[in-house]
Amino acid sequence: MDTFIFIFLAVLTIGSGLGMVLNRNTVNSALFLVLNMVSIAGIYLLLQAQFLALIQILVYAGAIMVLFLFVIMLLNLDDERSLFSKVRAKYISAFFLGVVTLSLILYSLEGVADLLPEISPEMETAGTVEALGDVLYTDYLFAFEMTAILLTAAVVGALMIAQYKKSNNGASE
Amino acid sequence: MIEIDWYLALSAVLFTIGLVGVLIRRNAIVIFMCVELMLNAVNLTLISFSSYHGDVTGQILVFFSLAVAAAEAVIGLAIILAIFRNNLSVDITKVNLLRW
Repeated sequence: MDTFIFIFLAVLTIGSGLGMVLNRNTVNSALFLVLNMVSIAGIYLLLQAQFLALIQILVYAGAIMVLFLFVIMLLNLDDERSLFSKVRAKYISAFFLGVVTLSLILYSLEGVADLLPEISPEMETAGTVEALGDVLYTDYLFAFEMTAILLTAAVVGALMIAQYKKSNNGASE
Repeated sequence: MIEIDWYLALSAVLFTIGLVGVLIRRNAIVIFMCVELMLNAVNLTLISFSSYHGDVTGQILVFFSLAVAAAEAVIGLAIILAIFRNNLSVDITKVNLLRW
């Protein structure tokens, strides 16, 4: 049963990833990415990481993708006319590089196949909110607080970059 | 249960899709979404190792990487908005102020 669910989710993930890259409409690309995030959350559930599956849907498919869609619709972009334009060499070399990267990763995976871990008996309990919170609020408390500062700094920085400066652009716009 | 190899192979395929997307697309927002896809592929690797070892530390790392991804998305989209305001386009071939 697990195998069928995994194959279904893997096909959904790869298909929506390809759909995102190959779609000319930016809004459709973003919606394909939402589908991709949700199916990756399903794979996290298969791996018994319940908390991170929840966070994946809330943060990625919820917050970040809403931000993306908001910006796309704010900018009101046209579709790209043709995905594969005149410059052929760029696409051929990109495809070649992709094949090389994939085969390199899979080859190195094959090389360490004996060292990969088997299923551990603690897998059931490792991904629960309780287990994560236990470690997060004791061993990694300082890093957790730093994350809060990082997010605050990011919001302030984004405001500084994106705000409309009337004094500079008032004459030209 | 499924062997861990399949999760790692899926993650490799997703990473490659993101990489090729970054290389072939010209729309800055789509390039940004491809970077998010690559981040997700690496998160999948971390979670599969963490689950198969029964060790929660890998999932903590994914938690922090999610926070960094959120911060990165906010800053990146602000930069894209600023570029759009100057160029009226998010086509990266038209952003050539610093190009030699």
